[in-house]
Amino acid sequence: MPRYYTEEHEWVDVDGDVATVGITDFAQSQLGDIVFVEVPDTGAELAAGGDAAVVESVKAASDVYAPVDGVVTEGNGQLEEDPALVNSDPEGEGWFFRMTLSDKSQLDGLMNAEAYKAFIADL
Amino acid sequence: MTETDFTGEEAVPTATLPLDAWHRARGGRMVEFAGYWMPIQYEGIMAEHQWTRDNAGLFDVSHMGQLSLSGENVAAALETLVPGDIAALKPGRMRYSLLLGEDGGILDDLMVTNEGDQLGVVVNGAVKWDDIGYLRENLPDDVTLNHNEDYGLLALQGPKAADALARLVPECADMVFMQAARATWNGHAIALSRSGYTGEDGFEISLPNEALAAFADALCAMDEVKPIGLGARDSLRLEAGLPLYGHDLSEDTDPVEGDLGFAIGKRRREEANFPGAARILGHLADGPPRRRVGLLVDGKLPVREGAKLFDGNTEIGVVTSGGFAPSVGAPIAMGYVPRDHAAPGTAIAAEVRGKRVPCTVAAMPFVPHNYVRKQGG
Repeated sequence: MPRYYTEEHEWVDVDGDVATVGITDFAQSQLGDIVFVEVPDTGAELAAGGDAAVVESVKAASDVYAPVDGVVTEGNGQLEEDPALVNSDPEGEGWFFRMTLSDKSQLDGLMNAEAYKAFIADL
Repeated sequence: MTETDFTGEEAVPTATLPLDAWHRARGGRMVEFAGYWMPIQYEGIMAEHQWTRDNAGLFDVSHMGQLSLSGENVAAALETLVPGDIAALKPGRMRYSLLLGEDGGILDDLMVTNEGDQLGVVVNGAVKWDDIGYLRENLPDDVTLNHNEDYGLLALQGPKAADALARLVPECADMVFMQAARATWNGHAIALSRSGYTGEDGFEISLPNEALAAFADALCAMDEVKPIGLGARDSLRLEAGLPLYGHDLSEDTDPVEGDLGFAIGKRRREEANFPGAARILGHLADGPPRRRVGLLVDGKLPVREGAKLFDGNTEIGVVTSGGFAPSVGAPIAMGYVPRDHAAPGTAIAAEVRGKRVPCTVAAMPFVPHNYVRKQGG
């Protein structure tokens, strides 16, 4: 299952027509202790680059953007009870939401793991 | 994912503190604050907050302005600009006070210490240049103002602060809250006070810039001391119910609105001779139109500075600081509400991203203060 990355520090796992989205380990380390996550409602229509979720650390609220166009199929309900999952397992149990992929060609604009690693090394 | 970035538009370059390299070497994540690069955290805000509650946290507050005022009748001169009873301050004692504009609005909050031969005044870093200009303009010519830029300021806060500091400066052990003293450490003249802005017991230590790193190293070599960043400083002071100038207080706020009536001395009330006395004494007598209050937030969604406050559909006020409170285990906030909504227990709501979040007006502090007021207890 290929994993893609955005310049806004989201990761995207693609499984057929469904994408799972979260924030990267780098992102969680920059944010610090996560105390609240707001995931989109099932059925919400997202546009690539638009607001999708909000993650709040002790110090600030940050937006999480949709990496591609699509419709939300599921938000990670576990984050409501345990937002710190984003710190402890950002690229696993701490996923944010799942969405349909309306236009797979949008994935071409995203980075692979190697490119993302180089991208954050330059920040 | 992006974080809102507050980038100043001014061309003034961000300054570095004397301990800049020290913070970076210890993994401090540096952010711009009050015109300086300052560490917001080292290992994490929650861990640092809890460390300070349980042990001793070392904060670099060298961005603050350390001023001294001297001259004949310096206390009376300062009293023309602040509402506190400065004349009654005994040598070695300090007091929280407020620099007031002509209309009684708060220009800054500050600590005034009677240092025997002069008054020591510590002001907020973000407005220190304005304060210095205002003091120079409004104090009589026979008062000398010095800005002690050769000195840094460290705060050691937490229940183990006194034990730790006493290994370096034994005389601190006998001091009580809001007491100040001069001492020597490794040949350096230092000044310390049993004070701080976390709600915990602790000390602030002023020492020459060239001695800062060695002193900080000596403290952090102790098991109970760790460096703590601005993030935890903010969550601690919020839980302690202490206002942050530029957020919870401004020139549009007077001391009564800011719930700082305690800073208006009894004699000063009778004399009614501080800036904005008519307005301020009127607010003391009749109640202010609005007042700073604490807010307990229902649920987990943090309510932050700028959130509007509502009673039903009526907008009644605004949040001036807020966030997750690690020791409370829930979000808390401070804000301004009309006088008739200021009683603890009043149910209101804050608006966050279009949603109404129920809040309850709460007495402050949110976490009890832990000051050492008497020795031998």
